[in-house]
Amino acid sequence: MVVWTEFERSTIQDIFSKINYDVVGPAALSRCLIVYPWTQRYFGGFGNLYNAAAIMENPKVAAHGRVVLKGLELAQKNMDSIKATFADLSKLHSEKLLVDPDNFKLLTDCLAIVVAAELGEDFTAEVHAVFQKFLAVVVASLRKQYY
Amino acid sequence: MTSLTAKDKEVVKAFWAKVGGSAAELGSDALARLLVVYPQTKTYFSHWKDLSPGSAPVKKHGATIMNGVSDAVGKIDDLTGGLLSLSELHAFTLRVDPANFKIFAHNILVVLAINFPDDFTPSVHVAMDKFLAALARALAEKYR
Repeated sequence: MVVWTEFERSTIQDIFSKINYDVVGPAALSRCLIVYPWTQRYFGGFGNLYNAAAIMENPKVAAHGRVVLKGLELAQKNMDSIKATFADLSKLHSEKLLVDPDNFKLLTDCLAIVVAAELGEDFTAEVHAVFQKFLAVVVASLRKQYY
Repeated sequence: MTSLTAKDKEVVKAFWAKVGGSAAELGSDALARLLVVYPQTKTYFSHWKDLSPGSAPVKKHGATIMNGVSDAVGKIDDLTGGLLSLSELHAFTLRVDPANFKIFAHNILVVLAINFPDDFTPSVHVAMDKFLAALARALAEKYR
């Protein structure tokens, strides 16, 4: 079971209260599709992903970015049972969406970078460490049902 | 992995010109983060008395590393040749596991995002990510 200190809990709560979901979700997903273009393979139905500008303006990417962030918020609200909370999502990604789980790390790396840009100076090394731990737990939970 | 295109090199050089003299400070921040966010990396610095962010050895060494990155930007047309002696240093003397280069690169990108929120666009991000990956490859060249 994941053990969270008081500092870690309050830090994660603080991050989620400070970030703008409408900015961070879309920015992280579009960055992932731009920086790691092979991830576009999962979004064949999204229309124009031809270049960075197209990706950043694509409304389906933006909408889906918000969906992803809502999922992260679910983890934040259930920090003591992320694995259980994400069991169905994990099944969805492995059995229906057939996403290579290595991609989860690519997206969370982009999330760390986008949140860092949003929070600026507030994203201290200590806050950064907590956020990466949180993201690692999320990724492990999403990987759980794969085998 | 593809090599750096002419466009990539242009983007990296242009962005790095903006980083300018702040490179040393950014390096110190990136190294401090490495030690805090990925504590397993502390094993390489057991000879330092103080590993906390802002400590003298962390600041100094972070600057050294980032000056190396700045230097590599100048040698972007031949990273393997330009980084030969640094690669030998890392391979035979320091013996840093090359997996750590990736982690350090991620921290550099985080620090760039914090300090250049408007300039560190997704297009700059991908060029920098490719450059740092190429740098890491050049650094790992002499390992085996």
